[in-house]
Amino acid sequence: MASELDKRDGTPAGAGAPLAPSPAQGYAGALDAPLHGKQMVVNLGPSHPAMHGVTRAVVTLDGETIVDMKLDIGFLHRGFEKSCENLTWGQAFPYTDRLNYVSSIMNNVGFALAVEKLLKLETPLRSQYLRVLTSELHRICDHLTLVSAMGLELGAMTVFLYGIEARDLIWDRLTEICGARLTSNYVRVGGVSRDAPEGWGGKVFETLDRVTELRETIDALLTRNRIFMDRTRGTGVISREDALDFGFTGPCLRASGEPHDLRKAAPYLVYDRLEFDVPVGRNGDNFDRYLMRMEEMRQSDRIVRQCLAQMEPGEIVVEDFRYVLPPKPLVYGTIEGVMAHFKLIMEGIKVPPGEAYSYTEAANGELGFYLVSDGGGRPYKIGLRSPGWPVLSAIPFMTKGALLADLVPTYDSINMIGGEVEQ
Amino acid sequence: MAKSVLAALAARFPGDVYEPYEGVGGDDCVFVRKSQIAEVCHFLKADPALAFNLAPYITAVDYLGLEPRFEVVYNLLSTVHRHRVRLRVKVPESDPELPSVTGVWRGADWFERYCFDMYGLRFKGHPDLRRLLMYDEFVGYPLRKDYPLRGRQPLVPEREVNDIYRGPGPAGRD
Repeated sequence: MASELDKRDGTPAGAGAPLAPSPAQGYAGALDAPLHGKQMVVNLGPSHPAMHGVTRAVVTLDGETIVDMKLDIGFLHRGFEKSCENLTWGQAFPYTDRLNYVSSIMNNVGFALAVEKLLKLETPLRSQYLRVLTSELHRICDHLTLVSAMGLELGAMTVFLYGIEARDLIWDRLTEICGARLTSNYVRVGGVSRDAPEGWGGKVFETLDRVTELRETIDALLTRNRIFMDRTRGTGVISREDALDFGFTGPCLRASGEPHDLRKAAPYLVYDRLEFDVPVGRNGDNFDRYLMRMEEMRQSDRIVRQCLAQMEPGEIVVEDFRYVLPPKPLVYGTIEGVMAHFKLIMEGIKVPPGEAYSYTEAANGELGFYLVSDGGGRPYKIGLRSPGWPVLSAIPFMTKGALLADLVPTYDSINMIGGEVEQ
Repeated sequence: MAKSVLAALAARFPGDVYEPYEGVGGDDCVFVRKSQIAEVCHFLKADPALAFNLAPYITAVDYLGLEPRFEVVYNLLSTVHRHRVRLRVKVPESDPELPSVTGVWRGADWFERYCFDMYGLRFKGHPDLRRLLMYDEFVGYPLRKDYPLRGRQPLVPEREVNDIYRGPGPAGRD
């Protein structure tokens, strides 16, 4: 009897197995303990208004907090590199328009500089000014798109309307110089395709004044707006070390505090003759990335005005028919002209064998082309380094542990363009 | 400044780093043996005199008809010293596996996935080596020179939809 009692008072049956940890452990009372819910997997995209193009994100959520995220890209892949390997060097220009379709001339310039690097070709001074001028106009367009889309997706529709008005004014000017609103195809190997029409400079000054007005309106609506600041400050933060590790370039890297701008670090075209500042952020959050864009638009405005003031009349393309199509009177009037035209159209520019990596500062960072030529008229390999690619690959890292709602401003502020990332 | 990069590499990895040359436009280029690429990259990033803290672009090229057939190209940049270097690694078709550099720069992740997707090169030690731009069922490697420009692909059977609440339903319900 006594032994049975001893048994009953002793350790109960099953004591060897550890108890399941109570959710209340470590808290003052059971009421303070967090509730553990089931994790939910949410599929965002591929066609979702906040996904900018067609990116698919599979997000694991705990309540509203992002636990894990996987990105699925490639829905906009159209074989840019494979297509260009089967075209002549000159025919690849329209394909580069479609990379970053918001600022197409920058892609044209980047590709032309890469081919000219292989050719060791110097372009006339006026064409260099025209390239910088149109690129900087397109940089303003690109940043305007980002800023206004960011406002739109955070609930400020007005900003979007102002931004689009300003962007279309610039596109009107660019239409006058290159004939197309969106897919410009303006730059050629050895120069640019057209000179600025009569009285164009004056119209650009007028446009810039109106764009400045609209930009400052956007600035007044957003930059000190309580709702906008609450949504963007401290969200999507990435430190300087992480940004470098992920391969960030451009405004996203500078927002994290690294003052790296290719226009200053390795000046190309006429950037060393122009005066402009490079804004650098401190916190690496969405608000800093937004501020970078606002300030860069002001700097691009300065660059455009300086270009128009400094530009002098002259040649816009090299006078060498191995690279550039001869003018039409020569084609119809002389045998040399016909032959040069025929060879360039049928065989393409003969680029000497070799490989080169050329880089320019596009609106979102380093736009690089790794070219391999086998000496024929077609590229052997075109490798595209798109600025948005490393930034997009860091999105899961940047939003881990954040709220799902913070994903939207983060996605906006990196300005990922599907056309160039997914090639 | 830039020549010192190639000199430092040659001093640290004699035999594994070979044929340094000046590329078009004065770029510094060098060939690296396949097995040593991760160590070379570690050294380039860790040495404060070199400090290659950014890997802007990694890509691959298919030199069909040459042996070794493939080449992986690493374009590296130091924002501290503002210099660049290009490492070229030859990869034979019979053994298309090379060490991953994702441990050196996390940004190399998607570039290596791209090389796997487009050229069929494999990276040892990559955390998640899947196709990047093409879909998983894609047959072949599209940027190889022996893949036709208008290559046709077999039809892919529809993937089963996993409804997170109800589970896969009977056919034709959706």
